[in-house]
Amino acid sequence: MALQGDIVLESGTRHDFIDELLSVPGGERLKDCIQCGTCSGSCPVSYYMDHPPRKLFAMVRAGMREAVLDADSIWLCTSCYTCTLRCPKEIAVTDIIYALKRLAMKEGRVKGAERAMALASSFVDVVNHRGRNFEPELLIRYYGRTQPLNLLKKSGLGLKLLLRGRMPLRGESIKGRDQIRTIIEKSREIGGQ
Amino acid sequence: MRYAYYPGCSLEATGRAYDESSRAVAARLGLELEELPDWNCCGATTYMSVEETLAASISARNLCLAQRLGRDLVAPCSACFTVLRKTDHYLHDLPQVRSRVSSVLAAADLAYDPGSVRVLHLLEAFLENDVLERLREVPNPLKGLKVAPYYGCQIVRPAVDFDHAEFPTSLDRVVKALGATPVYYPVKTRCCGASQMASNEAAALRMCKNLLLSAQQNGADMLVTVCPLCQINLDAFQGAVNAKYGTRFKLPVLYFTQLMGLALGMPEKELGVGREIVDPRPLLRPYAARAAVAGVH
Repeated sequence: MALQGDIVLESGTRHDFIDELLSVPGGERLKDCIQCGTCSGSCPVSYYMDHPPRKLFAMVRAGMREAVLDADSIWLCTSCYTCTLRCPKEIAVTDIIYALKRLAMKEGRVKGAERAMALASSFVDVVNHRGRNFEPELLIRYYGRTQPLNLLKKSGLGLKLLLRGRMPLRGESIKGRDQIRTIIEKSREIGGQ
Repeated sequence: MRYAYYPGCSLEATGRAYDESSRAVAARLGLELEELPDWNCCGATTYMSVEETLAASISARNLCLAQRLGRDLVAPCSACFTVLRKTDHYLHDLPQVRSRVSSVLAAADLAYDPGSVRVLHLLEAFLENDVLERLREVPNPLKGLKVAPYYGCQIVRPAVDFDHAEFPTSLDRVVKALGATPVYYPVKTRCCGASQMASNEAAALRMCKNLLLSAQQNGADMLVTVCPLCQINLDAFQGAVNAKYGTRFKLPVLYFTQLMGLALGMPEKELGVGREIVDPRPLLRPYAARAAVAGVH
């Protein structure tokens, strides 16, 4: 996706966005980015992204909040941590991308990332009510929500897994579900990132 | 050595063979794995994308339980390992996160002293207990079997103490100790696509294709993994890779614990061998037969 805009000096850009991210654990070094491109070069999915990490961070720095939160890049991140490991300025790239996902999620910016977001929220739903992830339920919820036809297409593989004892029909739930409920309520009350 | 064992959610479903083989092999080698009572989901990479305080608190409940048990925590799943470890580091290093999470935990009658529970990957736990030494004379050495050790991401990144993050060798050493030949292939720490297999299948299939291709071109007969998500992507979606790229991969993907068990002469069934989509049994037949003849079962 092409980005267009007038050239502005850094002093003329909005700083509130980068300041927002500086409080993320590992985000305090964000301003040290030298735009070397090690992150984009190391990223296994950069070629799928509209804005690979190097560019994304330049955009953060330029205060382009909306364009960053709308980028499909943040939802393509697989959390492989290669960028974080290799960044010469020790910027916690992966953790910052998590923070961007949380902001995008909170603000309901779903365009182009419907599936990744649906997967995340289906996962959270399952864990919240069981205390554990029950994979068959997660897959049914997620595919049912986003690609019901694909659920049918995947049923062959599902059956193979079932026959090999890898798709149990009954899921486990933990005893401490009350504790999980309390944790959820209290966390939401306290807030944070 | 006795550990609190944290199987993680995948090991109750798609990764069942990993659970079976981990318990069986650990018992054989004298590592006591006591399942963490009433453990909950670590939050995986997914929960962190939604709410930070909540993700850290949910994950920390497991650390509280392990502390109560007074044992270090062993996770066979790379994602569980990274998330639980990261939670401990967050609580230890970041006072703001610690204070928020502590009050959340307190509301649920839980408490955790950061740094008091060590989180280890199962592979790390084996290495720490000198398993390599003890594997030198396995009853059923896997001579001639060419194995690509696949590390993937979260066992070595963002940072671990027990191996090199860019050029890890621990799994190669295990494969070698079992009598098999570890195959060098340059992408052994590249990503399998993880949960993108659900949300962006094209990207994940391409990543799996690259891994399988590199392993095969370097002469591997099969791969071993240290993570249930890597296993299912490479095994269950190998057919989809073949359909998309016109390849003919037929590379079995086992958990490293299954390979250990086979070399130790344990029966395939006890190790969950046979639960794979790409059947490894034809490849393993000579070794299984030898184990039966030698009577090591």
